[in-house]
Amino acid sequence: MAYGTKVIDHFEKPRNVGSLDAKDSKVGTGIVGAPECGDVMKLQIKVNPQTQIIEDAKFKTFGCGSAIASSSLATEWITGKTVDEALEIKNTDLVEELSLPPVKIHCSVLAEDAIKAAILDYRKKNPESETLNIAVEG
Amino acid sequence: MLKKPVYLDYHATTPVDPEVVEAMIPYFTSVFGNAASRNHSFGWSAESAVETARKQIADVIGANPKEIVFTSGATESNNLALRGVAEMYKSKGNHIIVGRTEHKAVLDTAKFLETQGFQITFLPVDEFGMVELSVLENAITEQTILISIMAANNEIGTINPMEEIGKLAKEKGIIFHSDAVQAIGKIPVDVQKWNVDLLSLTAHKIYGPKGIGALYIRRKSPRVRLSPIMFGGGHERGMRSGTLNVPGIVGFGKAAELVLKNLSTEPERLYKLRSRLHAGLLAKLDETKLNGHPVKRLPNNLNVSFAYVEGEALMMAIPDIAVSSGSACTSASLEPSYVLKAIGIGEELAHSSIRFGLGRFTTEEEIDFTIEKTVEAVNRLREMSPLYEMAKEGIDLKTVQWTAH
Repeated sequence: MAYGTKVIDHFEKPRNVGSLDAKDSKVGTGIVGAPECGDVMKLQIKVNPQTQIIEDAKFKTFGCGSAIASSSLATEWITGKTVDEALEIKNTDLVEELSLPPVKIHCSVLAEDAIKAAILDYRKKNPESETLNIAVEG
Repeated sequence: MLKKPVYLDYHATTPVDPEVVEAMIPYFTSVFGNAASRNHSFGWSAESAVETARKQIADVIGANPKEIVFTSGATESNNLALRGVAEMYKSKGNHIIVGRTEHKAVLDTAKFLETQGFQITFLPVDEFGMVELSVLENAITEQTILISIMAANNEIGTINPMEEIGKLAKEKGIIFHSDAVQAIGKIPVDVQKWNVDLLSLTAHKIYGPKGIGALYIRRKSPRVRLSPIMFGGGHERGMRSGTLNVPGIVGFGKAAELVLKNLSTEPERLYKLRSRLHAGLLAKLDETKLNGHPVKRLPNNLNVSFAYVEGEALMMAIPDIAVSSGSACTSASLEPSYVLKAIGIGEELAHSSIRFGLGRFTTEEEIDFTIEKTVEAVNRLREMSPLYEMAKEGIDLKTVQWTAH
């Protein structure tokens, strides 16, 4: 299958490959997918507890070029956003940006799930963060 | 100077040998007659060229030229063999045995026959992809009219015990068909030694043109009869109607002649290159699994799984090398290779498999380049693989609760 230039760019120069310390209370880790399905994404966020802004994001992905590109783009997009803003990212946004063909849409779904899983993990570790967030907004 | 991209997908198809092209050219323009035109020299010249090619092809498999029927390729040959036998011998029985790792042209034809009232056994293979004789023998019933087992597998290169299967089929009086497209030119093929009754061949896997193939149909002990699947002018003794593709046939014949001429040296050369590739990859990469039989395999085939790396991503990371993968992402069905599934390597490793197919124009330089680039790519992708990271941390991936999707 021929790839779009953006997929190739992210595949060849993936942004934010790596790992954050999963034990850090400011870090949320999401691992989605399964090896037998051919893709597993690990996406991690480091959140500033005061501002709820994602200050750092890292990923590691086992999967095809589109899966790697989707997770690379996801980390790029969520960095600098608040947790709530990051939750608004939809897989369709990734599909559009990367011009993913229909057979690769599941890669973008996985990336959206990875963002959500990382945020869920962060919030589990920091139950006060959601109220704090509301307080900030209020 | 290395010419890029490097082609290592010779199981998929091969370039036409310049000598073959040379032989074909006159048959497009000057010797353009219809081989079925019996009353003028244009027809006679075409017919004579076809008969020369028929002999060249028969010689490669130890057959009589009269036993060769031209088709459009091995897909048609496989269809003709299975459907032709099923139709012709249905009064004798309704059971057909096919290997589970056969090409889709056999499997899907068998599935079609299943809808027509035939009983099909999709015969399991061992962990190397080989048909086990005892399993085959147990599958045979009073109703069995046909056994179809490929000579060598197109994905993993495993070579089946053809003589033993042929002997068993003959003892039981069952017609034995084999798809031999990958075997020709890589191992000796002999329809007498193998006791094979029908053999599918194609030109484009042996440096001939696409769109031309043949079916060997045994004429003596036993004489095999087939119902045609195409109707028309009664060409090829009524078994395959349609004007003969004379340039294609001439090219097929020339390709067969070259393959036979090189049979004493080429397999050995391919074997050495393949061993070099395998050793080079193993020396620099851990957790690399060979798929298929370690010894009884085509000399030009290497199928390996690079654990923790997805096959399609790996192919994308080596854009200067043309290979193929058993990963789901490379198939239209989004299912990983059924051949790798049949040998039970697990879906995870099936997703990580790469098939290297070597051929006539493969050089040592290309192999060394492939080793270098593949090692680089596997290492890079492993560095970004969460599975590799987990494995290195000592986590048993089988104990992890994955979120299947």
